[in-house]
Amino acid sequence: MSLDSDAIKNIAHLARIAVSEEDLQAYAKDLSNILDMVDQMNAVDVSGVEPLSNALDQTQRLRADVVTEQNQRDELQACAPQTENGLFLVPRVIE
Amino acid sequence: MEFHTKTLTELSAALAAGETSSRALTEYFIARFDAFDGALNTLVTKTFERALADADAADARRAAGQSLGSLDGLPFAHKDIFCTKGVKTTCGSKMLDNFISPYDATVVEKLKAAGMVCLGKTNMDEFAMGSSNETSYFGPVKNPWDADKVPGGSSGGSASAVGARLVLATTGTDTGGSIRQPAAFCGITGIKPTYGRVSRYGMIAFASSLDQAGVFATTAEDAAHVLQAMSGFDERDSTSMERPVDDLVSSLADSLKGKIIGLPKQFFAEGLEPEVKAAVDEAINEYKKLGAVVKEIDLPNIGLSVPVYYVVAPAEASANLSRFDGVRYGHRCDNPADLTDLYERTRAEGFGDEVKRRIMMGAYALSSGYYDAYYIKAQKIRRLIRDDFLKAFEEVNIIAGPTTPGLPFGLGEQTDDPVTMYLNDIFTIGVNLAGLPGMSIPVGMAKGLPIGLQLIGKHFGEAELLNAAHQYQQATDWHKQMPAAYQ
Repeated sequence: MSLDSDAIKNIAHLARIAVSEEDLQAYAKDLSNILDMVDQMNAVDVSGVEPLSNALDQTQRLRADVVTEQNQRDELQACAPQTENGLFLVPRVIE
Repeated sequence: MEFHTKTLTELSAALAAGETSSRALTEYFIARFDAFDGALNTLVTKTFERALADADAADARRAAGQSLGSLDGLPFAHKDIFCTKGVKTTCGSKMLDNFISPYDATVVEKLKAAGMVCLGKTNMDEFAMGSSNETSYFGPVKNPWDADKVPGGSSGGSASAVGARLVLATTGTDTGGSIRQPAAFCGITGIKPTYGRVSRYGMIAFASSLDQAGVFATTAEDAAHVLQAMSGFDERDSTSMERPVDDLVSSLADSLKGKIIGLPKQFFAEGLEPEVKAAVDEAINEYKKLGAVVKEIDLPNIGLSVPVYYVVAPAEASANLSRFDGVRYGHRCDNPADLTDLYERTRAEGFGDEVKRRIMMGAYALSSGYYDAYYIKAQKIRRLIRDDFLKAFEEVNIIAGPTTPGLPFGLGEQTDDPVTMYLNDIFTIGVNLAGLPGMSIPVGMAKGLPIGLQLIGKHFGEAELLNAAHQYQQATDWHKQMPAAYQ
Protein backbone atom coordinates (compact mmCIF):
# COMPACT_ATOMS: atom_id res chain seq x y z
CA MET A 1 0.00 0.00 0.00
CA SER A 2 1.55 3.25 -1.06
CA LEU A 3 0.33 6.76 -0.21
CA ASP A 4 1.07 9.88 -2.25
CA SER A 5 1.23 13.52 -1.19
CA ASP A 6 -2.46 14.12 -1.88
CA ALA A 7 -3.44 11.21 0.34
CA ILE A 8 -1.22 12.57 3.12
CA LYS A 9 -2.86 16.00 2.80
CA ASN A 10 -6.25 14.37 3.26
CA ILE A 11 -5.12 12.24 6.23
CA ALA A 12 -3.41 15.24 7.87
CA HIS A 13 -6.64 17.20 7.61
CA LEU A 14 -8.63 14.30 9.11
CA ALA A 15 -6.11 14.32 11.99
CA ARG A 16 -6.22 18.14 12.22
CA ILE A 17 -2.44 18.43 11.89
CA ALA A 18 -0.92 21.06 9.59
CA VAL A 19 1.75 19.49 7.38
CA SER A 20 3.99 21.71 5.26
CA GLU A 21 4.45 20.99 1.54
CA GLU A 22 8.09 20.01 2.07
CA ASP A 23 7.17 17.44 4.75
CA LEU A 24 4.48 15.68 2.68
CA GLN A 25 6.98 13.41 0.91
CA ALA A 26 8.62 12.23 4.14
CA TYR A 27 5.28 11.39 5.71
CA ALA A 28 4.19 9.62 2.51
CA LYS A 29 7.32 7.47 2.60
CA ASP A 30 7.11 6.65 6.33
CA LEU A 31 3.37 5.88 6.34
CA SER A 32 3.71 3.77 3.17
CA ASN A 33 6.49 1.75 4.85
CA ILE A 34 4.31 1.23 7.93
CA LEU A 35 1.38 0.15 5.76
CA ASP A 36 3.63 -2.30 3.87
CA MET A 37 4.51 -3.89 7.21
CA VAL A 38 0.85 -3.87 8.28
CA ASP A 39 -0.13 -5.60 5.04
CA GLN A 40 1.29 -8.85 6.48
CA MET A 41 -2.23 -9.12 7.93
CA ASN A 42 -3.56 -9.84 4.43
CA ALA A 43 -2.15 -13.37 4.51
CA VAL A 44 -4.41 -14.40 7.40
CA ASP A 45 -7.83 -15.96 6.94
CA VAL A 46 -10.06 -14.48 9.65
CA SER A 47 -13.41 -15.72 8.39
CA GLY A 48 -15.60 -16.63 11.35
CA VAL A 49 -13.35 -14.82 13.84
CA GLU A 50 -14.96 -12.11 15.99
CA PRO A 51 -13.02 -8.86 16.60
CA LEU A 52 -11.49 -8.61 20.08
CA SER A 53 -11.53 -5.19 21.73
CA ASN A 54 -10.95 -6.19 25.35
CA ALA A 55 -8.42 -8.96 25.95
CA LEU A 56 -10.24 -10.02 29.13
CA ASP A 57 -13.65 -10.08 27.39
CA GLN A 58 -14.95 -7.33 29.65
CA THR A 59 -17.75 -5.08 28.53
CA GLN A 60 -17.96 -1.42 29.45
CA ARG A 61 -18.96 -1.06 33.10
CA LEU A 62 -21.69 1.51 33.69
CA ARG A 63 -22.30 3.58 36.80
CA ALA A 64 -25.39 5.22 38.19
CA ASP A 65 -26.15 8.57 36.56
CA VAL A 66 -25.53 10.69 39.64
CA VAL A 67 -23.31 13.68 40.37
CA THR A 68 -19.89 12.51 41.56
CA GLU A 69 -17.73 15.61 41.11
CA GLN A 70 -17.74 18.96 42.85
CA ASN A 71 -17.59 22.12 40.75
CA GLN A 72 -13.89 22.88 40.14
CA ARG A 73 -14.27 25.22 37.18
CA ASP A 74 -11.74 27.79 38.36
CA GLU A 75 -9.07 25.18 39.13
CA LEU A 76 -9.62 23.37 35.85
CA GLN A 77 -9.55 26.58 33.82
CA ALA A 78 -6.33 27.69 35.47
CA CYS A 79 -4.40 25.65 32.87
CA ALA A 80 -6.46 26.82 29.86
CA PRO A 81 -4.77 28.98 27.20
CA GLN A 82 -7.54 31.62 27.12
CA THR A 83 -10.70 32.05 29.22
CA GLU A 84 -13.13 34.83 30.03
CA ASN A 85 -15.92 34.86 32.63
CA GLY A 86 -15.61 31.10 33.07
CA LEU A 87 -15.75 30.37 29.34
CA PHE A 88 -13.05 28.88 27.09
CA LEU A 89 -12.24 31.31 24.27
CA VAL A 90 -11.79 30.13 20.66
CA PRO A 91 -11.69 32.05 17.36
CA ARG A 92 -15.08 33.21 16.10
CA VAL A 93 -17.00 30.24 14.62
CA ILE A 94 -20.35 31.85 13.69
CA GLU A 95 -20.41 35.22 11.95
CA MET B 1 25.64 3.95 54.72
CA GLU B 2 25.62 3.37 50.95
CA PHE B 3 21.86 3.33 50.54
CA HIS B 4 21.93 2.88 46.77
CA THR B 5 23.47 -0.60 47.08
CA LYS B 6 20.56 -1.75 49.27
CA THR B 7 17.07 -2.81 48.28
CA LEU B 8 13.87 -0.97 49.19
CA THR B 9 13.01 -3.94 51.39
CA GLU B 10 16.28 -3.47 53.31
CA LEU B 11 15.76 0.28 53.60
CA SER B 12 12.22 -0.33 54.85
CA ALA B 13 13.62 -2.59 57.58
CA ALA B 14 16.24 0.05 58.45
CA LEU B 15 13.48 2.65 58.82
CA ALA B 16 11.42 0.32 61.00
CA ALA B 17 14.45 -0.38 63.22
CA GLY B 18 15.15 3.33 63.61
CA GLU B 19 18.57 2.97 61.96
CA THR B 20 17.87 5.74 59.49
CA SER B 21 15.17 8.28 58.62
CA SER B 22 13.14 9.10 55.55
CA ARG B 23 14.88 12.49 55.50
CA ALA B 24 18.30 10.83 55.39
CA LEU B 25 17.20 8.52 52.55
CA THR B 26 15.57 11.36 50.63
CA GLU B 27 18.61 13.62 50.96
CA TYR B 28 20.86 10.74 49.89
CA PHE B 29 18.96 10.00 46.68
CA ILE B 30 18.53 13.73 45.89
CA ALA B 31 22.33 13.93 46.08
CA ARG B 32 22.57 11.01 43.61
CA PHE B 33 20.33 12.84 41.14
CA ASP B 34 22.36 16.03 41.64
CA ALA B 35 25.60 14.17 40.99
CA PHE B 36 24.60 12.02 38.02
CA ASP B 37 21.43 13.17 36.34
CA GLY B 38 23.07 15.90 34.29
CA ALA B 39 24.57 13.15 32.13
CA LEU B 40 21.63 10.71 32.13
CA ASN B 41 18.70 13.18 31.75
CA THR B 42 16.27 10.90 33.59
CA LEU B 43 14.18 13.62 35.24
CA VAL B 44 11.98 16.14 33.44
CA THR B 45 10.82 17.74 36.69
CA LYS B 46 12.45 17.60 40.13
CA THR B 47 10.21 17.84 43.20
CA PHE B 48 12.98 17.79 45.81
CA GLU B 49 11.57 20.42 48.19
CA ARG B 50 8.19 18.76 48.32
CA ALA B 51 9.94 15.40 48.77
CA LEU B 52 11.88 16.64 51.82
CA ALA B 53 8.64 17.92 53.39
CA ASP B 54 6.97 14.56 52.65
CA ALA B 55 9.97 12.76 54.17
CA ASP B 56 9.72 14.83 57.35
CA ALA B 57 6.01 14.01 57.53
CA ALA B 58 6.82 10.29 57.17
CA ASP B 59 9.41 10.53 59.96
CA ALA B 60 6.90 12.35 62.18
CA ARG B 61 4.28 9.64 61.55
CA ARG B 62 6.76 6.92 62.42
CA ALA B 63 7.86 8.74 65.61
CA ALA B 64 4.19 8.96 66.63
CA GLY B 65 3.66 5.25 66.03
CA GLN B 66 1.45 5.94 63.02
CA SER B 67 3.54 4.61 60.14
CA LEU B 68 1.52 3.93 56.99
CA GLY B 69 3.30 0.62 56.41
CA SER B 70 6.38 -0.88 54.82
CA LEU B 71 6.66 1.71 52.03
CA ASP B 72 6.19 4.77 54.26
CA GLY B 73 9.05 7.23 53.78
CA LEU B 74 10.78 5.40 50.88
CA PRO B 75 11.91 7.61 47.95
CA PHE B 76 10.91 6.85 44.34
CA ALA B 77 9.96 8.71 41.13
CA HIS B 78 6.92 8.73 38.82
CA LYS B 79 6.98 8.45 35.04
CA ASP B 80 5.83 11.83 33.73
CA ILE B 81 2.69 10.26 32.29
CA PHE B 82 0.91 10.23 35.67
CA CYS B 83 -0.99 13.42 36.49
CA THR B 84 0.38 14.88 39.70
CA LYS B 85 -1.58 17.67 41.36
CA GLY B 86 0.25 20.99 41.39
CA VAL B 87 3.23 19.54 39.46
CA LYS B 88 4.08 19.89 35.78
CA THR B 89 2.95 16.75 33.91
CA THR B 90 4.33 16.76 30.36
CA CYS B 91 4.10 13.20 28.97
CA GLY B 92 7.40 14.04 27.26
CA SER B 93 5.67 16.51 24.94
CA LYS B 94 5.90 20.18 24.05
CA MET B 95 2.09 19.98 23.95
CA LEU B 96 2.01 19.70 27.76
CA ASP B 97 5.17 21.67 28.60
CA ASN B 98 2.99 24.22 30.43
CA PHE B 99 0.51 21.77 32.00
CA ILE B 100 0.23 21.84 35.80
CA SER B 101 -2.14 19.00 36.60
CA PRO B 102 -5.17 20.00 38.68
CA TYR B 103 -5.58 16.46 40.03
CA ASP B 104 -3.73 13.28 41.00
CA ALA B 105 -3.82 10.02 39.05
CA THR B 106 -5.07 7.05 41.09
CA VAL B 107 -1.56 5.55 41.05
CA VAL B 108 -0.21 8.83 42.45
CA GLU B 109 -2.89 8.86 45.16
CA LYS B 110 -2.21 5.26 46.10
CA LEU B 111 1.56 5.59 46.48
CA LYS B 112 1.03 8.84 48.39
CA ALA B 113 -1.37 6.99 50.70
CA ALA B 114 1.35 4.38 51.24
CA GLY B 115 3.69 7.20 52.31
CA MET B 116 6.15 6.96 49.43
CA VAL B 117 8.20 10.09 48.75
CA CYS B 118 8.23 11.23 45.10
CA LEU B 119 11.50 12.87 44.01
CA GLY B 120 10.34 13.87 40.55
CA LYS B 121 8.87 13.02 37.17
CA THR B 122 10.88 10.87 34.79
CA ASN B 123 11.68 11.47 31.14
CA MET B 124 9.91 9.36 28.51
CA ASP B 125 9.20 9.04 24.81
CA GLU B 126 6.58 11.60 23.76
CA PHE B 127 3.14 10.30 24.76
CA ALA B 128 4.86 6.94 25.41
CA MET B 129 5.40 6.40 21.66
CA GLY B 130 8.89 5.03 21.19
CA SER B 131 11.33 2.28 22.06
CA SER B 132 14.45 4.36 22.74
CA ASN B 133 13.40 7.50 24.65
CA GLU B 134 14.61 9.53 21.66
CA THR B 135 11.18 11.02 20.85
CA SER B 136 11.06 13.01 24.12
CA TYR B 137 10.70 16.78 23.75
CA PHE B 138 13.11 17.00 26.69
CA GLY B 139 15.97 15.20 24.97
CA PRO B 140 17.12 11.59 24.98
CA VAL B 141 17.91 9.63 28.13
CA LYS B 142 21.26 7.80 28.27
CA ASN B 143 21.78 4.16 29.16
CA PRO B 144 23.68 3.97 32.48
CA TRP B 145 25.79 1.06 31.18
CA ASP B 146 27.01 2.98 28.13
CA ALA B 147 26.16 6.63 27.51
CA ASP B 148 26.24 6.07 23.74
CA LYS B 149 23.38 3.56 23.97
CA VAL B 150 19.66 4.13 24.41
CA PRO B 151 17.96 3.11 27.68
CA GLY B 152 14.97 1.71 25.80
CA GLY B 153 11.52 3.24 25.85
CA SER B 154 9.07 4.53 26.35
CA SER B 155 9.78 4.51 30.12
CA GLY B 156 13.48 5.29 29.50
CA GLY B 157 13.92 7.81 32.31
CA SER B 158 12.34 5.51 34.89
CA ALA B 159 14.52 2.57 33.82
CA SER B 160 17.78 4.50 33.53
CA ALA B 161 17.29 6.12 36.97
CA VAL B 162 16.88 2.71 38.64
CA GLY B 163 19.67 1.19 36.51
CA ALA B 164 22.07 3.87 37.80
CA ARG B 165 20.62 3.50 41.32
CA LEU B 166 19.70 7.21 41.42
CA VAL B 167 16.57 5.89 43.08
CA LEU B 168 15.49 2.30 43.79
CA ALA B 169 11.97 2.25 42.36
CA THR B 170 10.03 4.12 39.69
CA THR B 171 6.65 3.79 38.05
CA GLY B 172 6.24 3.09 34.34
CA THR B 173 3.63 2.26 31.76
CA ASP B 174 3.65 -0.45 29.12
CA THR B 175 1.52 -0.37 25.95
CA GLY B 176 3.73 -2.57 23.75
CA GLY B 177 6.79 -3.23 25.90
CA SER B 178 7.54 0.17 27.46
CA ILE B 179 8.37 -1.32 30.87
CA ARG B 180 9.91 -4.67 29.88
CA GLN B 181 12.21 -3.47 27.07
CA PRO B 182 13.83 -0.59 29.02
CA ALA B 183 14.12 -2.88 32.09
CA ALA B 184 16.08 -5.31 29.89
CA PHE B 185 18.26 -2.55 28.41
CA CYS B 186 19.05 -1.04 31.83
CA GLY B 187 19.65 -4.33 33.68
CA ILE B 188 16.78 -4.08 36.15
CA THR B 189 13.48 -5.73 37.10
CA GLY B 190 10.28 -4.43 35.53
CA ILE B 191 6.71 -5.72 35.72
CA LYS B 192 3.62 -4.87 33.69
CA PRO B 193 0.57 -6.41 35.38
CA THR B 194 -2.60 -7.75 33.78
CA TYR B 195 -4.68 -5.22 31.81
CA GLY B 196 -7.14 -3.66 34.26
CA ARG B 197 -5.14 -4.54 37.40
CA VAL B 198 -3.82 -1.00 37.99
CA SER B 199 -6.07 2.01 37.43
CA ARG B 200 -5.51 4.09 34.31
CA TYR B 201 -7.29 7.11 35.83
CA GLY B 202 -5.04 10.14 35.46
CA MET B 203 -2.51 8.18 33.39
CA ILE B 204 -2.35 10.07 30.10
CA ALA B 205 -3.90 7.72 27.54
CA PHE B 206 -2.03 6.39 24.51
CA ALA B 207 -3.86 3.19 23.42
CA SER B 208 -6.59 2.54 25.94
CA SER B 209 -7.11 -1.17 25.27
CA LEU B 210 -3.38 -1.85 25.78
CA ASP B 211 -2.07 0.71 28.33
CA GLN B 212 -1.16 -0.58 31.77
CA ALA B 213 0.92 0.87 34.61
CA GLY B 214 3.67 -1.02 36.39
CA VAL B 215 6.93 -0.82 38.33
CA PHE B 216 10.71 -0.77 37.95
CA ALA B 217 12.92 -1.86 40.84
CA THR B 218 16.24 -3.60 41.42
CA THR B 219 14.60 -6.80 42.72
CA ALA B 220 11.36 -8.71 42.20
CA GLU B 221 10.70 -8.47 45.94
CA ASP B 222 10.82 -4.66 45.86
CA ALA B 223 8.65 -4.58 42.74
CA ALA B 224 6.11 -6.82 44.50
CA HIS B 225 5.76 -4.41 47.41
CA VAL B 226 5.25 -1.35 45.19
CA LEU B 227 2.91 -3.11 42.75
CA GLN B 228 0.84 -4.36 45.70
CA ALA B 229 0.28 -0.74 46.77
CA MET B 230 -0.59 0.41 43.21
CA SER B 231 -3.04 -2.35 42.31
CA GLY B 232 -6.78 -2.59 42.81
CA PHE B 233 -10.21 -1.74 41.49
CA ASP B 234 -10.96 1.90 40.71
CA GLU B 235 -14.44 2.95 39.71
CA ARG B 236 -12.97 5.98 37.89
CA ASP B 237 -11.37 3.67 35.28
CA SER B 238 -14.12 1.93 33.32
CA THR B 239 -11.81 -0.99 32.41
CA SER B 240 -10.48 -1.49 35.94
CA MET B 241 -11.10 -5.08 37.08
CA GLU B 242 -13.47 -5.55 40.00
CA ARG B 243 -11.48 -8.33 41.62
CA PRO B 244 -9.47 -8.58 44.85
CA VAL B 245 -5.69 -8.13 44.59
CA ASP B 246 -3.65 -11.23 45.35
CA ASP B 247 -0.97 -11.08 48.04
CA LEU B 248 2.10 -10.58 45.87
CA VAL B 249 4.63 -10.85 48.69
CA SER B 250 3.71 -13.95 50.70
CA SER B 251 4.21 -16.30 47.74
CA LEU B 252 7.68 -15.00 46.79
CA ALA B 253 9.40 -17.77 48.75
CA ASP B 254 7.38 -20.61 47.17
CA SER B 255 9.33 -23.41 45.50
CA LEU B 256 9.37 -23.67 41.71
CA LYS B 257 9.49 -27.49 41.83
CA GLY B 258 7.21 -28.90 39.17
CA LYS B 259 6.32 -25.53 37.64
CA ILE B 260 6.03 -25.82 33.89
CA ILE B 261 7.75 -23.11 31.85
CA GLY B 262 6.69 -22.82 28.22
CA LEU B 263 9.22 -21.72 25.62
CA PRO B 264 7.55 -20.41 22.45
CA LYS B 265 9.51 -21.75 19.49
CA GLN B 266 8.80 -18.50 17.64
CA PHE B 267 10.81 -16.55 20.27
CA PHE B 268 13.99 -18.53 19.59
CA ALA B 269 13.97 -18.33 15.80
CA GLU B 270 16.03 -16.25 13.38
CA GLY B 271 16.70 -12.63 14.23
CA LEU B 272 17.66 -13.29 17.85
CA GLU B 273 21.20 -12.06 18.56
CA PRO B 274 23.46 -14.94 19.71
CA GLU B 275 24.54 -13.19 22.95
CA VAL B 276 20.90 -12.74 23.94
CA LYS B 277 20.05 -16.33 23.09
CA ALA B 278 23.02 -17.64 25.11
CA ALA B 279 22.03 -15.66 28.21
CA VAL B 280 18.37 -16.67 27.94
CA ASP B 281 19.34 -20.36 27.49
CA GLU B 282 21.53 -20.11 30.60
CA ALA B 283 18.63 -18.60 32.58
CA ILE B 284 16.33 -21.42 31.47
CA ASN B 285 18.96 -23.89 32.71
CA GLU B 286 18.94 -22.12 36.07
CA TYR B 287 15.16 -22.54 36.23
CA LYS B 288 15.60 -26.27 35.58
CA LYS B 289 18.04 -26.40 38.52
CA LEU B 290 15.35 -24.71 40.62
CA GLY B 291 12.99 -27.58 39.81
CA ALA B 292 11.00 -26.17 36.93
CA VAL B 293 10.13 -28.28 33.90
CA VAL B 294 10.55 -26.83 30.42
CA LYS B 295 8.25 -27.45 27.49
CA GLU B 296 8.27 -26.08 23.94
CA ILE B 297 5.05 -24.32 22.97
CA ASP B 298 3.60 -22.94 19.76
CA LEU B 299 2.19 -19.42 19.34
CA PRO B 300 1.41 -19.68 15.62
CA ASN B 301 0.07 -16.13 15.17
CA ILE B 302 2.56 -14.26 17.37
CA GLY B 303 4.50 -13.12 14.30
CA LEU B 304 1.54 -10.88 13.42
CA SER B 305 1.75 -8.96 16.71
CA VAL B 306 3.70 -6.03 15.28
CA PRO B 307 1.39 -5.39 12.27
CA VAL B 308 -1.72 -5.79 14.45
CA TYR B 309 -0.31 -3.46 17.08
CA TYR B 310 0.57 -0.78 14.51
CA VAL B 311 -3.07 -0.62 13.52
CA VAL B 312 -4.75 -0.93 16.93
CA ALA B 313 -2.41 1.35 18.90
CA PRO B 314 -2.31 4.27 16.39
CA ALA B 315 -6.10 4.03 15.89
CA GLU B 316 -6.71 4.34 19.61
CA ALA B 317 -4.02 7.03 19.90
CA SER B 318 -5.60 9.13 17.15
CA ALA B 319 -8.86 9.11 19.12
CA ASN B 320 -7.23 9.73 22.52
CA LEU B 321 -4.95 12.52 21.33
CA SER B 322 -7.81 14.40 19.67
CA ARG B 323 -8.28 15.99 23.11
CA PHE B 324 -5.19 18.14 22.51
CA ASP B 325 -6.95 20.93 20.68
CA GLY B 326 -5.44 24.11 22.12
CA VAL B 327 -8.70 25.01 23.86
CA ARG B 328 -8.81 23.60 27.38
CA TYR B 329 -5.15 23.00 28.35
CA GLY B 330 -1.71 22.60 26.85
CA HIS B 331 -0.01 24.36 23.97
CA ARG B 332 -1.90 26.80 21.71
CA CYS B 333 -0.58 28.38 18.51
CA ASP B 334 -0.35 32.16 18.21
CA ASN B 335 -2.95 34.21 16.30
CA PRO B 336 -5.20 31.47 14.91
CA ALA B 337 -7.14 32.62 11.84
CA ASP B 338 -10.11 30.36 12.57
CA LEU B 339 -10.98 27.21 14.51
CA THR B 340 -9.49 24.80 11.95
CA ASP B 341 -6.27 26.82 11.88
CA LEU B 342 -6.21 26.76 15.69
CA TYR B 343 -6.46 22.96 15.76
CA GLU B 344 -4.10 22.27 12.89
CA ARG B 345 -1.27 24.61 13.87
CA THR B 346 -1.57 23.88 17.60
CA ARG B 347 -1.17 20.17 16.90
CA ALA B 348 1.56 20.68 14.27
CA GLU B 349 3.59 22.74 16.77
CA GLY B 350 2.79 20.75 19.91
CA PHE B 351 3.42 17.19 18.69
CA GLY B 352 6.72 15.69 17.56
CA ASP B 353 7.24 13.64 14.38
CA GLU B 354 6.60 10.15 15.77
CA VAL B 355 3.38 11.22 17.48
CA LYS B 356 2.16 12.88 14.27
CA ARG B 357 3.00 9.76 12.25
CA ARG B 358 1.00 7.56 14.61
CA ILE B 359 -1.98 9.90 14.78
CA MET B 360 -2.08 10.05 10.99
CA MET B 361 -1.65 6.27 10.70
CA GLY B 362 -4.57 5.85 13.12
CA ALA B 363 -6.75 8.43 11.40
CA TYR B 364 -6.16 6.58 8.13
CA ALA B 365 -6.93 3.13 9.61
CA LEU B 366 -10.19 4.46 11.05
CA SER B 367 -11.23 6.45 7.99
CA SER B 368 -14.21 5.66 5.81
CA GLY B 369 -13.50 2.77 3.46
CA TYR B 370 -10.46 1.47 5.38
CA TYR B 371 -11.96 0.71 8.79
CA ASP B 372 -12.84 -2.93 8.05
CA ALA B 373 -9.62 -3.67 6.18
CA TYR B 374 -7.41 -2.35 8.96
CA TYR B 375 -9.01 -1.88 12.36
CA ILE B 376 -11.55 -4.72 12.32
CA LYS B 377 -9.10 -7.09 10.65
CA ALA B 378 -6.46 -6.25 13.27
CA GLN B 379 -8.94 -6.89 16.08
CA LYS B 380 -9.79 -10.29 14.60
CA ILE B 381 -6.13 -11.30 14.45
CA ARG B 382 -5.77 -9.93 17.97
CA ARG B 383 -8.24 -12.59 19.06
CA LEU B 384 -6.16 -15.32 17.37
CA ILE B 385 -3.03 -14.09 19.15
CA ARG B 386 -4.82 -13.94 22.53
CA ASP B 387 -6.35 -17.40 22.06
CA ASP B 388 -2.91 -18.89 21.22
CA PHE B 389 -1.66 -17.68 24.62
CA LEU B 390 -4.75 -18.99 26.45
CA LYS B 391 -4.31 -22.39 24.80
CA ALA B 392 -0.62 -22.50 25.75
CA PHE B 393 -1.50 -21.65 29.35
CA GLU B 394 -3.66 -24.77 29.56
CA GLU B 395 -0.35 -26.68 29.64
CA VAL B 396 2.18 -24.32 31.25
CA ASN B 397 2.36 -22.04 34.29
CA ILE B 398 4.65 -19.41 32.84
CA ILE B 399 6.01 -18.54 29.41
CA ALA B 400 9.64 -17.45 29.10
CA GLY B 401 11.87 -16.06 26.38
CA PRO B 402 14.03 -13.08 25.47
CA THR B 403 12.63 -9.62 26.24
CA THR B 404 14.34 -8.07 23.21
CA PRO B 405 15.89 -9.51 20.05
CA GLY B 406 19.17 -7.70 20.65
CA LEU B 407 21.43 -5.74 23.00
CA PRO B 408 20.79 -2.02 23.67
CA PHE B 409 21.41 -0.15 20.41
CA GLY B 410 23.17 3.15 19.81
CA LEU B 411 21.61 6.61 20.13
CA GLY B 412 20.49 7.72 16.67
CA GLU B 413 21.08 4.26 15.21
CA GLN B 414 17.43 3.40 14.48
CA THR B 415 15.76 6.79 14.13
CA ASP B 416 15.75 6.88 10.31
CA ASP B 417 13.15 4.21 9.68
CA PRO B 418 10.11 3.89 11.98
CA VAL B 419 9.51 0.25 11.02
CA THR B 420 13.03 -0.82 12.12
CA MET B 421 12.37 0.83 15.49
CA TYR B 422 8.98 -0.90 15.81
CA LEU B 423 10.58 -4.35 15.44
CA ASN B 424 12.37 -3.89 18.78
CA ASP B 425 9.10 -4.79 20.48
CA ILE B 426 8.52 -8.01 18.55
CA PHE B 427 8.58 -10.21 21.70
CA THR B 428 6.70 -7.87 24.03
CA ILE B 429 3.76 -6.56 21.99
CA GLY B 430 1.77 -9.83 21.94
CA VAL B 431 1.51 -9.72 25.73
CA ASN B 432 -0.30 -6.37 25.59
CA LEU B 433 -2.61 -7.55 22.80
CA ALA B 434 -3.53 -10.52 25.02
CA GLY B 435 -3.80 -8.41 28.22
CA LEU B 436 -1.36 -10.69 30.07
CA PRO B 437 1.10 -9.74 32.82
CA GLY B 438 4.76 -9.67 31.80
CA MET B 439 8.12 -9.04 33.42
CA SER B 440 11.74 -8.59 32.47
CA ILE B 441 14.61 -9.57 34.77
CA PRO B 442 18.35 -9.25 34.13
CA VAL B 443 19.95 -12.62 33.29
CA GLY B 444 23.31 -11.84 31.73
CA MET B 445 25.74 -9.38 30.19
CA ALA B 446 27.47 -9.16 26.81
CA LYS B 447 29.78 -6.42 25.53
CA GLY B 448 29.25 -4.66 28.87
CA LEU B 449 25.49 -4.43 28.31
CA PRO B 450 22.66 -6.17 30.18
CA ILE B 451 20.29 -8.83 28.78
CA GLY B 452 16.72 -9.42 29.92
CA LEU B 453 14.60 -12.55 30.29
CA GLN B 454 10.90 -12.03 29.71
CA LEU B 455 8.45 -13.94 31.90
CA ILE B 456 4.79 -13.98 30.87
CA GLY B 457 2.00 -15.03 33.20
CA LYS B 458 -1.64 -16.02 33.02
CA HIS B 459 -4.24 -13.29 33.44
CA PHE B 460 -3.88 -12.08 37.06
CA GLY B 461 -0.81 -14.30 37.50
CA GLU B 462 1.36 -11.48 38.92
CA ALA B 463 2.11 -13.39 42.13
CA GLU B 464 3.29 -16.44 40.18
CA LEU B 465 5.52 -14.26 37.95
CA LEU B 466 7.06 -12.39 40.87
CA ASN B 467 7.65 -15.70 42.66
CA ALA B 468 9.51 -17.06 39.61
CA ALA B 469 11.58 -13.88 39.31
CA HIS B 470 12.38 -13.80 43.03
CA GLN B 471 13.48 -17.44 43.12
CA TYR B 472 15.83 -16.82 40.19
CA GLN B 473 17.25 -13.78 42.01
CA GLN B 474 17.82 -15.84 45.18
CA ALA B 475 19.99 -18.22 43.14
CA THR B 476 21.86 -15.71 40.94
CA ASP B 477 23.30 -12.21 41.19
CA TRP B 478 22.70 -10.61 37.78
CA HIS B 479 20.22 -8.23 39.43
CA LYS B 480 23.01 -7.01 41.73
CA GLN B 481 25.25 -5.91 38.83
CA MET B 482 25.62 -2.16 38.78
CA PRO B 483 27.17 0.07 36.12
CA ALA B 484 30.70 0.99 37.22
CA ALA B 485 30.22 4.72 36.64
CA TYR B 486 27.45 4.85 39.26
CA GLN B 487 28.80 2.60 41.99
